Order: sequence, then structure tokens, then C-alpha cells
Amino acid sequence: MDQLSIYGYVIGSGIMVVVFYSYIVYLYRSEKRGHKDYEKYGKIALDDEIDSKPVEKGLEPVKKNKE
Amino acid sequence: MQSNAAMEYDYSIVKLYMWTTVIFGIVGMLIGVIIASQLAWPQLNYMMGEYGTFSRLRPIHTNVVVYGFMISGIFVGFYYSAQRVLKVSMGESKFLMTLGYLQFFLYLIAASGMVISEAMGITTSKEYAQMEWPLDILIVVIWVIWGVIMFGLIGMRREKALYISMWYYVATFLGVAMLYLFNNMEVPTQLLSGGLGAWYHSVSMYAGTNDAMVQWWWGHNAVAFVFTVPIIALIYYFLPKESGQAVYSYKLSLLSFWGLMFIYLWAGGHHLLWSTVPDWVQTMASVFSVILILPSWGSAINMLLTMKGEWNQLTENPLIKFMVLASTFYMLSTLEGPIQAVKSVNAIAHFTDWIPGHVHDGTLGWVSFMVFATLMHSAPRVFKREIYSKSLLEAQFWIQTVGVVLYFTSMWIAGITQGMMWRAVDEYGNLMYSFIDTVNALHPYWAIRAVGGTLYFIGLLMFAYNFFMTATAGRKLETEPQFRSPMA
Repeated sequence: MDQLSIYGYVIGSGIMVVVFYSYIVYLYRSEKRGHKDYEKYGKIALDDEIDSKPVEKGLEPVKKNKE
Repeated sequence: MQSNAAMEYDYSIVKLYMWTTVIFGIVGMLIGVIIASQLAWPQLNYMMGEYGTFSRLRPIHTNVVVYGFMISGIFVGFYYSAQRVLKVSMGESKFLMTLGYLQFFLYLIAASGMVISEAMGITTSKEYAQMEWPLDILIVVIWVIWGVIMFGLIGMRREKALYISMWYYVATFLGVAMLYLFNNMEVPTQLLSGGLGAWYHSVSMYAGTNDAMVQWWWGHNAVAFVFTVPIIALIYYFLPKESGQAVYSYKLSLLSFWGLMFIYLWAGGHHLLWSTVPDWVQTMASVFSVILILPSWGSAINMLLTMKGEWNQLTENPLIKFMVLASTFYMLSTLEGPIQAVKSVNAIAHFTDWIPGHVHDGTLGWVSFMVFATLMHSAPRVFKREIYSKSLLEAQFWIQTVGVVLYFTSMWIAGITQGMMWRAVDEYGNLMYSFIDTVNALHPYWAIRAVGGTLYFIGLLMFAYNFFMTATAGRKLETEPQFRSPMA
């Protein structure tokens, strides 16, 4: 049982390290490739009037293509 | 949803919670000063019969400061900042406004019921969960209403992206909901025993060690999801807004968020080190507590670096002082906590005064300073008036800082002295000190704590006066300040 818990800790810690480092890599890589600009969201707190331009606009209703 | 032309944010609910923050703060911290004095001068226990004893007042102190002062302050921050980062006004939905008022009045009933029942000695005897089952049901209703309002605002938002503060508010809602329900699974004795005992009395559904583990799963996560997560939500909004500086690294805020969420929930068992819970639970709690330094410091450093290049504001603006010192105390207490959770350190620290010392550098230095900054940043926007007195705010900052330092340093010394004296043995293995020896040795430190607490309370009274005068007599503002709060 003790052995099992030791293996459990080692494997669990390893998984945690991989998951968190993968998340960091994902964040930086998606920014580098231009998919996302995370830092722009920091402006939400600064420009927070009700009529300020949203950093990302709410979803517009989908318009059907008549053609 | 109405058009946003000429729309304004609606602060009606914010105002109500502002006043409960101030009132509960005064009540809770006054009781704190009284019980700190009772520990130093025990004759103070006998002033009001059973209602004035330490054992009766202590749960009222913790519950009023946590569920009265802090929760009110968090609701002020939420109802103020959530509208702004989502770019939607509460006033756009009559339904949400009605729910907001309903939540506030139910909250008043619950908080009053909490104070009265605990003053009468009605308690489940579980730390931070003393309220009996009828009040617990009311708390669940209040919390669900908050959730409906939060997700209602999110559903109506104009800003598609959810700012990091909203992530923390949502986590607060979900975390407390889950933990509160599990820890308050209780059996009303009269209903299920054919009429035995009082109608309001209950016993926990869990027994013995299981009860202790569930209790501290809740107990520690009350620290996580009331003292930490919503306060980070506050600082991520109010520090950038007051300083005019965007958060230093948004990516770091996201990483710290997920780290905190994943790790905090496993650390509660550190309250039960060296007890009857399984060894693996103790070790796991200890390990997760140490790992917790990473996301905690991730958030704290991110807050401090937000001031990069603008450190001059620290000398010019007392609200920035409150928030920067709050982040610093957050760093201190999130380093101190993991140190106490190391099993060998805990062998000395457990049950000693170092523990309330740790709790108070977090709650007085981090949580309360952020609550003060939240109220004072919001006040000029909510009441459309200038902050009444900058010099009073400065004086409050320094008096309270000295108060906190006296509090935690005296408790560090007292706690370590106490732990060492309890463990000291002579060459034959006999204990060297009796309990009263430790009481005599610790008396000066308990007196210093009472002085520290009194200083903090004086600062709170200054805050209450300054806030009241701001709301009623501050110079009227024509336009809403964009960043730095105007003060006379």
C-alpha cells in the first residue's frame, strides 16, 4: 500500500508538471502564432464604460445568406 | 435588454452592501478586540454573564468578520466591477434588480439570525460553519440567487471576453456552493428522532474522523474561496483601474487561476496533521500546501508588477498603498501557511498562537485592506462625490499597518514559545512545564496582540467616518474619474 502511494505521488506529480507546462506552452505558442492576443484582455478593466468599445464584441445574430 | 444609449451602471445594490460592510466590520472587529483582551486579562470574561464569555463571543467574531464584513465587501466588489467588466448594467433587467434586492434582504435576515443564534449559544460547533440548519438553508438560497444574478449578467454582456476577475467570481460561487453543501449535510434531531431536542438542533451526517476531514475540506477552502479567490478578483480589477495600468501579464493570471483551482482543494487536510486521519491524507495535504506557493505567488507577483514603472503612485495615492501592501501580505501569508503545513514545523505550530497569527496577517493585511480599497475606490463613482479626506486615509493606513505588524509578530513569538514549552522534556523524559507556565510566559504577547487589534479597530473607525462623510458630504463630482480616485 505504501509502495502504491509512493508511485501514485511520483506519477501524479509528473502529470501535474506536464499539464501545467503544456498550458504555459499552449498560451505562449497560440500568441506567437497569432491565434490569440491574451494581453489585450487586460484592457477590459481600464476601459470599462458602458458605452466603451468591447475588446471582443458579443456574438451577433447569424444572418442567413439569401443567395 | 434596453439600448445602451444614455445607460448608466446601477449601483443600488452596491450601496446597500457598502453599509453592511462598514457595520459588520465595526461589530466583528470590536468583538475581536474584546476577545483578544479577554485572553490577556481573563476578568473581562465576566462583564455580561454568559453573553460576554470568550467561548460565546469567539464564534460571533469569526462569523461576523467573515460572513458579515468580508462577504459584504466581496458583494460590493462584485456588483460594482462585474457590471463594468461585462459592460452591462443591472438596471437593464428588472428581474436581476429584484433578485439583487431579495438577496440583500435575505442576507440581512441570515446575518442577524447568525448573530442572535450564536449569542444564544446555538451552534453546530463546527469551525466557520457554526450556523444551524435553518440558517444553512437560507444561505443556500442566498448563494443560488447570487449565481442566477452572476450568470444572468454574463448572459446579457456586451463584452464577449470574460475578464479574469469574472473567472474568480465564478470560481467563488461554484467552490463555496460545493463545499458548503457537503460540509453542512446535517440531520435535524427533532424531526428525525420523534421529537427529541430543540427544533433547530442538528448533528453532522458524518462521524468522527470523516467529519473532521469534511469539516477541514470546507474550513480550509473557506480560506480559499472566501479569503483568497474573490479577493484576487477584486485586486485584478481595482488595482489596474485605480493605477491606470493594465494587469502585468494576463497569461500569468490565467495560469495562476488554474493552478490555484486545482491545488487549493487538496490542502485542507493540513489542519489535521498529527491527528487520527490517515497518513497519506496528511502527506498529500502537506505536499499540496507547499505547491500552493506557486499559483499564490504567481498572482501576487503579477499584482506587484502591474505597478512597474508607476511606483511613484505608491507615495502619492493611499489606495495604491492599501492594495500594494495587501499583495505583499498575500505573499507573506501564502508563504507562512505552507511552512506551517510542513509536518515537522506543524509539530511545533499546531494548536499554538502562531495559527491565529497566520490567519490575521492574511485577513487583516490582505483581505481587509483590499475591502477598504474596494469601498474607497467605488465610493466616488457610486456617490459621485470626492473622497472626504486623503490625510485620514493615510493615517488609517499607517495605524492599521502598525496594528497588523504588532498582531502577527507577537503571535509568531508567542506561538513558537508555546510550541517549544509544550514539547520541552527533562533528561528523564518528564514535561518541563505545566500549562499555566506557558500562560504566564505568553501573557505579554497576548497584551501586545490586544494593543495591535485596538490600533486596527481605531483605523477601522477612521475608515467608517471617512466613508460616511464621503457618501454624505464629499465635494460633488461633475464627471466620473477614469482612474485615480479624487480625494480632498
